[in-house]
Amino acid sequence: MNSTLAILAVLDGISYAALVFLVSVGLSLIFGVLRVVNVAHGSLYAFGAYLAATFSIKVAPLSPWLTYPALLAASVVIGVVCGGFIERFLLRPLYGRDDVLQLLITFAAFMIMDNLQRLIWGVQPIFAAEPLKLLPNVTVFGVNYTSYQVILLPGVALMTLFGLRYFLRHTLAGAVIMAVTEDREASTSIGIDARRVYFVTFIIGASLAALGGALASPTTSLVPGMGADMIVLSFAVAATAGLGQIEGTALTALMIGLTRAFVIYLQPEFEVLVPYLLMVLVLLVRPYGLFGATQVRKI
Amino acid sequence: MQYFKTALAAAAATAILAGAALAQGKPQEIKIGIATFLSGPASVFGVPAKAAAEMIAEDLNKKGGIGGVPVKLSFIDEGAGGEALVSNYRRIVQDDKVDATFAAISSGSCNQLVPVAEDLKVMNFMWDCGAASILEVKKYRYNFRTQANGTPEMLAVLIYLLKTKPDFKTIAVVNQDYAWGRESWEIFSTALKAMKPDVQVVAELFPKFGAPDYSTEVSRLLALRPDVVLTTAWGGDLDTLVRQAGQRGLLQQSTFVLGIGESSIQRLGKDLPEGLIVGARGDHWFLHPEKKNDPAFKAFNEAFKAKTGAWPIYPVYHMAQAFKALQTAYDKAIKANGGNWPTREQVVDATAGTEFATGFGRPVTLRPEDNQGLEAQLVGVTKSFPGYDFKLLDNMMIFDPRVITNPAGVRSVEWLKTLKPEFAKMDVPTFKQ
Repeated sequence: MNSTLAILAVLDGISYAALVFLVSVGLSLIFGVLRVVNVAHGSLYAFGAYLAATFSIKVAPLSPWLTYPALLAASVVIGVVCGGFIERFLLRPLYGRDDVLQLLITFAAFMIMDNLQRLIWGVQPIFAAEPLKLLPNVTVFGVNYTSYQVILLPGVALMTLFGLRYFLRHTLAGAVIMAVTEDREASTSIGIDARRVYFVTFIIGASLAALGGALASPTTSLVPGMGADMIVLSFAVAATAGLGQIEGTALTALMIGLTRAFVIYLQPEFEVLVPYLLMVLVLLVRPYGLFGATQVRKI
Repeated sequence: MQYFKTALAAAAATAILAGAALAQGKPQEIKIGIATFLSGPASVFGVPAKAAAEMIAEDLNKKGGIGGVPVKLSFIDEGAGGEALVSNYRRIVQDDKVDATFAAISSGSCNQLVPVAEDLKVMNFMWDCGAASILEVKKYRYNFRTQANGTPEMLAVLIYLLKTKPDFKTIAVVNQDYAWGRESWEIFSTALKAMKPDVQVVAELFPKFGAPDYSTEVSRLLALRPDVVLTTAWGGDLDTLVRQAGQRGLLQQSTFVLGIGESSIQRLGKDLPEGLIVGARGDHWFLHPEKKNDPAFKAFNEAFKAKTGAWPIYPVYHMAQAFKALQTAYDKAIKANGGNWPTREQVVDATAGTEFATGFGRPVTLRPEDNQGLEAQLVGVTKSFPGYDFKLLDNMMIFDPRVITNPAGVRSVEWLKTLKPEFAKMDVPTFKQ
């Protein structure tokens, strides 16, 4: 592989990693704070994508540039409505009970949302590429790339990463979330409403899943089953990083994106295996993930 | 005396039973169980096919049904997969007592259900699955394929390519990483190697089934600059690949061959450029050059468009073919039975070797040696025409199934290896849109 192809592979890897990070970080955040593996995360991604496409198709005739706020609006709507509903009515009654119940209830939510998606948007692929078409292509060593994929997506991923870092470490709301994450009982005893923290955190995580879907919608066909694929990949990224590790999720997404891109150039047969092979290798050596810390078990 | 009485009673009973068999009364309905994808990515085929089945059954029943008996449909979801699919199939056969089944779209489903149909002695039409091997490895009595299989489908597309772009030197493939993606490439590449051995395969890419992103594959192909890119992807995967390739100029750089792309043409709209080679996966296209002025054909297409909002695509026609085959088989069996209602076994006997008119292409024959349908193949190239907001097929060639289907008893790949470069020089009629 010559240096030109290596640079192309790096660009492809970064572009892929950006999208994977945006989806996985919400899953990781929710687990980090609520200790819930949200199987419905894939459905939130799919709903975000479908609603963004619906909004884009509606607003594009008015002005194609309105499709960008439409993507953001779709993410917020799905995060607040679907995320809020799942946390308030499905998860909250189960806090403090067996973890398996939380897994099962989010799985049930995933199945219901999968069917709802078919009822609302049908089964034919939907495509709304307006936001992508608005930005010009860039040429690298004679190969065209869309600015949307090599500039905008990585840019949004970086903003999300640093935004989350700032929010959690330098704001009062973030400090409250971190306190509940560290010790729910202690934080409750000093007057923090842990339930509210859980609610808000779940909405943020759900919005991030929906944002991933919304940003993916201009680049891909929206089809039934797209959520199932994404939850598997997101879980692989989050588990490899260590559940709850935001910076770790970013680095793992980058690692998976770059490895996948180089594999496609060198040994495409292994493309599908890459994320899962990395996950197995990492978990064999570090059971809590690359950036996870060993947990003290409370008895 | 006792012996005489027993013999008399036995003779009477035999006569009654034989009479019942010979002059079996008409049933109240013919029950048909249909396996199709109602969930998952392949529902892009399964749901339109279900709509077609309901439309056809309604129309058939308005005209008196088959042999004067109305048909009644029940559906099972292939998306359930695995054991659930087999259990549901057994249920409709054993509990609901369907008279025939149409199963299925996926070759994986067909591989599972064909032996079950044979065990249960229920007539099954493989109405859409394409794996050639199913009928090559074993002779079945109750299973028939009412359309072509992957071998003629891929061979037709390859010969079209060789006829229209004979000087290409390099090719790359981007197929979905599952049975069809692998098998269709094996068929295509084996035939290519036999008929044009100097072509270099520069990339074999098999992205994950349902992959949302092909950016890296597109980058690699842009860097490799192959003369031809083949894909037999379908549904959302094909739409995504074509759009991502188009946005980055790959469709303009290489000649794209969409092996079974007919089903995506309407969805891709203006994003599909001119000059792409597209296979129709059979002898059907809503503007079929030999049938487009046929009132019945036009009425079917328009009724489907009115019902679903889209023109029919190949699984719709494949579903219609299964109904045509069933109707023809029953008519033939009734006639052979002297106008009386036939037994199930008599219908199966009548189905083997049946030739039926599809109404939207050339007739299909169910080859008696292996129950494989011999169906012509239509291939064309995309072109803009006024009045349509998507590309149509132009310069269409219709390939004779008897020439491009492997002989019964010979495995597809073994037969493809024997082809010579002259094979691609066959005379094939070309039709303008």
